[in-house]
This record gives sequence, structure tokens and C-alpha cells, in this order.
Amino acid sequence: MVHPTMVIEISCLEVWQEISSYIDNGVDPELRARMEAHFKVCRHCSAILDGTRNVVKLIADGAEFEVPQGLRSRLYAKLDAQLKQG
Amino acid sequence: MSAPNTVTDIRETELIQRVCSGDHEAFYELMKPYEKAVYFAARSVVNNPADAEEVAQEAVLKAFNNLSRFRLESKFSTWLVQITINEARMRLRKERRHRYESIDEQAKDDEGDYIPKDFADWRDIPSEELQRKELRDALERAMAALGSKYREVLICRDVQHLSIAETAQILGITEASVKTRLLRARLQMRDALAPGFDGSWTTGRTEFKKVRPW
Repeated sequence: MVHPTMVIEISCLEVWQEISSYIDNGVDPELRARMEAHFKVCRHCSAILDGTRNVVKLIADGAEFEVPQGLRSRLYAKLDAQLKQG
Repeated sequence: MSAPNTVTDIRETELIQRVCSGDHEAFYELMKPYEKAVYFAARSVVNNPADAEEVAQEAVLKAFNNLSRFRLESKFSTWLVQITINEARMRLRKERRHRYESIDEQAKDDEGDYIPKDFADWRDIPSEELQRKELRDALERAMAALGSKYREVLICRDVQHLSIAETAQILGITEASVKTRLLRARLQMRDALAPGFDGSWTTGRTEFKKVRPW
């Protein structure tokens, strides 16, 4: 745990550069603490964080992307043709 | 995706061995968990449903014909997606001159910071709102508007749930590039989808709040 009084301030630009890694839990604890402290006081960045998280969640749900109807049967068309030829 | 994602598991290993010893039917079973993954991988590069299907068909054929070369210490899913991406890139290279961004654009490095354009706040959108068709369409449009090098990374990471290392391996780029491109892709998607920026899918929903930080 990083003590709150020890957190060094971070700029919005620096936050944006790391926001994607932050969402992926890919930043070290020290940077995470600095970013968390920033999100508490900066509504711009916290809005961007929430929005970006929403986007990732949205994309993560495979159902959001439609697979064309009948894809399964067509997917093997070339393989089937080759196998038929022997 | 619900496909197995730790190692090439015992069941897969058996299926692969069966295919290699002439049991063609086993290949269909092997492929089953990854059918969507192949399509999305193709789609991430060529970004056109019809072309993506053809790429996916070609990738399936190549995977079958080269299965004996697959080494069991890597993941079958990674290998398969890599074949698909390569296939899609080959196709794109043939067609790019007419229909897609230039090779210069593709080769350009990820220099410069991406500055978010809009600060609209999403926290009040209920999750069921995210299921709506308009939003799905908006998502597809936003995805289509990304440069292919960003879309590839986004699909590998956020649709296929591949790790940063796997994504780097599949796309033939460094892990640092994966992170940079992913950041840009996600921020660009957020900009494109932020309420108020393109409000077409927000109309008529009283429970939806447009919140601005200022």
C-alpha cells in the first residue's frame, strides 16, 4: 500500500497515456496510486476512465458483434471442396 | 470467448493427432470452439463481412493442410488466429491500393499522444442500455473507422481476450506496440461512442443522462 500523502501528482496527459494499461491492471502499484488519486480530483479523467472501461466491456461481449447467418456451414466450404476432390 | 485458453489441452492434442493420422472428421470438432474467433480475426483486418468470410474459409483450409506442422507447445488457438491474420493481411495487401489506407499509413509508427476529444461521462448508462441494437451498430461503425493496425490489436485483446504477449506474437509486433495501439484504439472507440459526440443512439431514452464535467 502506498500512503496517500506519499502520492506524487500526475498530469492528465500522463494519465491518458496509461489509462488502457490501468484498465488491464498493467500498471505498477505506485503509478496506480497516483492515478487513483488523480481520478478522485479530476472529473475529466475519471469520465474518460469510465467511458473507456465501458467501451472495453462492450467490445468484450462477443454478442455485440454479429456473426453472419450460416457462417458455420460456409466456413468449411473450401476445406470440404478439397476433401471431396480427394 | 469460451474457448480453452491455457495450453493445448489433452482433448485438443488427441484431436490433432487424429486429424494428422487421417481422421478428417476430428478437424471439425477441433475447430468448433474457434469458429467465431477465426471470423473475428479475419474481420479485424479486412473489415468487410464478405471478404472476412472468404479469408476465414481460406484460413480453415490452411490450418487443415498445415496441421502436421503445428507444434503442441504453443496454443492451437493462437496458431489458428495467426494463420487467419496472415491470410487476411495477404488479401488486404492485394486490395489496399484501391480500397484501404495506404501502406505508408500502415507502416507509420505510433508516435504522438492521442488526446481524447470528448469528456462525456458514461457512468450513468445502465448496462442493459449497452445491449441495444443502435449501440451495436455504432460500435461496428466505430470499429470500421479505426485504422487496421489498431483494429487488429483491439480485436485480439478485447474480443478474443488474448494476452499482450500472444497479441504481439500473432501480429508480429512488440509488446510495447500492442500497448500503444490498444490505448489509441480504445480511446478512439470511446470518442466515437461517447454520448453526445454521436447522439444518434441516445434519443428517446429518458433514463439516459448526458453528463458533462463542466
